[in-house]
Amino acid sequence: MASSRSRIEHHVLANGLVLVTETMPSVRSAAFTMLLPAGAAHESGNATTGLGAAVMTAEWISRGAGPRDARALLADLDNLGASHSESAQTLHTSLAVATLGRNLGAALEICADMVLRPHLDDEAVDPIRALCLQSLKSLEDDPGAKIVHELRRRHFPDPWGRSSAGTPEGVAALEPDQLRAFRSMNYRPNGAILGVAGAIDPAEIRALAEQLFGNWAPQPPQDVAEHSTGPRRDHIPRETQQTQIALAYPAANAASPDAYLARAVSAILGGYSSARLFTEVREKRGLCYSVYSTYDGQRDRAAMICHAGSTPERAQETLDVMLGEIARLAHDGIEPDELETMRAGLKSALVMAQESSISRSAALAGDWYCLGRVRPLEEIAAGFNALTTDSVSEHAAKLARLDPTILTLGPAPLKQPPQS
Amino acid sequence: MPFHHETLENGLEIVAELDDRAYSVAAGFFVKTGSRDETRDLAGVSHFLEHMTFKGTPRRDALAVNRDFDKVGARHNAQTSEEDTLYYVSCLPEYLDPAFDVLADILRPSLREDDFQTEKQVIIEEIRMYLDNPMSVAYEAAKSAHFREHPLGNSILGTVESIEALSADQMRAYFQNRYSPSNIVLAFAGASSWAETLELAQRRCGSWEGPPANRFLSPAAGTRQFQSIKRPEDHQQTIVGVSDAPPLESNLRHAASLLAAILGDHTGSRLYWSLIDPGRADGAELTYQDYNQAGAFYTFLSCEPESVVENLKTIAEVYRPGVNLDLSELELAQAKNKVLARAVLRGERPMGRLATLGFHWMYHRKYQSVEDELELYSKVTREDVEHVHAQWPLWPPTIASVGPLTHSAPKC
Repeated sequence: MASSRSRIEHHVLANGLVLVTETMPSVRSAAFTMLLPAGAAHESGNATTGLGAAVMTAEWISRGAGPRDARALLADLDNLGASHSESAQTLHTSLAVATLGRNLGAALEICADMVLRPHLDDEAVDPIRALCLQSLKSLEDDPGAKIVHELRRRHFPDPWGRSSAGTPEGVAALEPDQLRAFRSMNYRPNGAILGVAGAIDPAEIRALAEQLFGNWAPQPPQDVAEHSTGPRRDHIPRETQQTQIALAYPAANAASPDAYLARAVSAILGGYSSARLFTEVREKRGLCYSVYSTYDGQRDRAAMICHAGSTPERAQETLDVMLGEIARLAHDGIEPDELETMRAGLKSALVMAQESSISRSAALAGDWYCLGRVRPLEEIAAGFNALTTDSVSEHAAKLARLDPTILTLGPAPLKQPPQS
Repeated sequence: MPFHHETLENGLEIVAELDDRAYSVAAGFFVKTGSRDETRDLAGVSHFLEHMTFKGTPRRDALAVNRDFDKVGARHNAQTSEEDTLYYVSCLPEYLDPAFDVLADILRPSLREDDFQTEKQVIIEEIRMYLDNPMSVAYEAAKSAHFREHPLGNSILGTVESIEALSADQMRAYFQNRYSPSNIVLAFAGASSWAETLELAQRRCGSWEGPPANRFLSPAAGTRQFQSIKRPEDHQQTIVGVSDAPPLESNLRHAASLLAAILGDHTGSRLYWSLIDPGRADGAELTYQDYNQAGAFYTFLSCEPESVVENLKTIAEVYRPGVNLDLSELELAQAKNKVLARAVLRGERPMGRLATLGFHWMYHRKYQSVEDELELYSKVTREDVEHVHAQWPLWPPTIASVGPLTHSAPKC
């Protein structure tokens, strides 16, 4: 890990596009992740008028761009051995590719065509609409994924909890010109980040980025108006075999100095198999197959999300044990060996990330978005090493004063604690 | 990359592909047992046993197993398939000794009665979780109908009833018969030395005992049955098709993989252009699964209920029964480039290499490097792919259709 500092470089193009590169000596592959400030949160619609411009546009740009029609574009990516994805998220639209190092430049050229020169043929929109509507229906058939989408939507103020999948009303109604307007406002270099990692020559990538993206004109960022959401207690009736349970607690955001504490609390509660939720809910009581907590961190807001699924007749006990464990963590704090275990897991994760160019490229872009810089791995390790049993316990104590969003999905509602 | 292998006196085989440049090391026990080795009264025991190993040993209870893995930051898990149970760990090289201590320890579990009863509830939760997933329901139904009496059609998880009826004694007897050292391959991949891995294996596994285990290998031939399962609450219709394919012993398996990629990869394949690109389905794939002396092509489709009949007709056209594929060199090259790059990317991480290394040794008794694998794919010709397509007809497959619509078998 000692040499990682020198391998990370960044360069800001005149139009605002940020390039962050990391050379990885042990891999033959290379990968890039491009984040565009074009997530679902930047759609002009709302939950009533309908959403889905981000996901439909992300699909549209791959259906022919630059000199290639849709078939040639996918064939050329295949021939470059490029595993690729173009996806909308809440905050960004992401284009990601992993391939052999020698093919990365050619894949980046295709990416530039998709971002800057997509064909956007009208006739492609109805097939995309049909595809996106079906994806929404498939999401309805996946209770474990559905409940997390619905939880985030209720917990974060709109637009920050929007599902990237859009809404059926929005996807059904959006016209090609509305999608074009969404793209021209939000596919912009100022606010975009390109993370590149793996077997690369940083100088070559920098020159290529200038050549491909240097003439891309910036656009003014759009104002985003926040609206409160909710309800904080809710149930979605569904005839399922298992009742889904999901909780969201406000947490220190990813740019805050307390983010290390927030991540530590979430990991110690439910980040691995010796963590408290797995131990108490599954190992000791056999109440569920899956139970976890995870830190969902954006730059300006974050949550700790907990999720479990259990048969309806045992779901109440599952929820009660989860809430009881969170209360115990807040009240009693953590033990020194829990802190050590959390650090050991983190140390492994940081070192093993060096084996995957795609996860490093995503981390480079994500770090830049949250912090405006990339943390060397030593700095992340030092941030966690600086935590103490007392500091984590004090941070966990705040959970007692936070009112969670609680959502269940299943045949019958559960008894939820009253809203504070 | 240096490769080593050794067989301990008790029959346990050890293979290792070591790489100084890796940041981590992975270890895995590949136990040659799965749902196909179960009798009807034991349905689900292989998978339940996989869970029970983590519930403790004479040296550790369940909480200590989890704690001892986690305190060295070791990523650990296990998986059970029709024919194998794999236990694996990956960790930083300096923690291989303590992490492997736990992994080897749990392969000789206590199988205590109270743990058995608690974990039974977890297994039932897992079964019910998958009952909420239409693709899992369709997959189980299609596999069961396709293989009918053949044990490859057995459910990996079992049913709520079979799990409730199972006793700890039945599981202990199954363990005695199937977890013999001679029925297990131990593989290491990544940053370690042969001296270290061999010493660990001898120290932790040298005293293991057990009788030789057999697998009953009968020929499998699919039934091509059709069934429709109504789930009125579902929004989409979900279809799984199964047809016979070359077995893992066949030298046609790379051609079979490429055939599946050409016709049904999730992107850029013939199914993609016929069904996904025009927005007629949100999932359409063909995959190849090889088994010990058997093989299967699996077709997956997710679409609106009202388009299912028409979409199945399109799949039949894409599969071109009885006619050649009209395959161009360009199309084959594209599939190869895609499959080869995925093999390289997967092989970059010790965890990615581990499964390939262990399974290949178990069934082929041979080492295959990433370069060897690339070479085997590169050598496949259009004629090979056409040959697989002609010899192993994809259409009509055994079909399970799950969703709000009940319909009849496609007429094509």
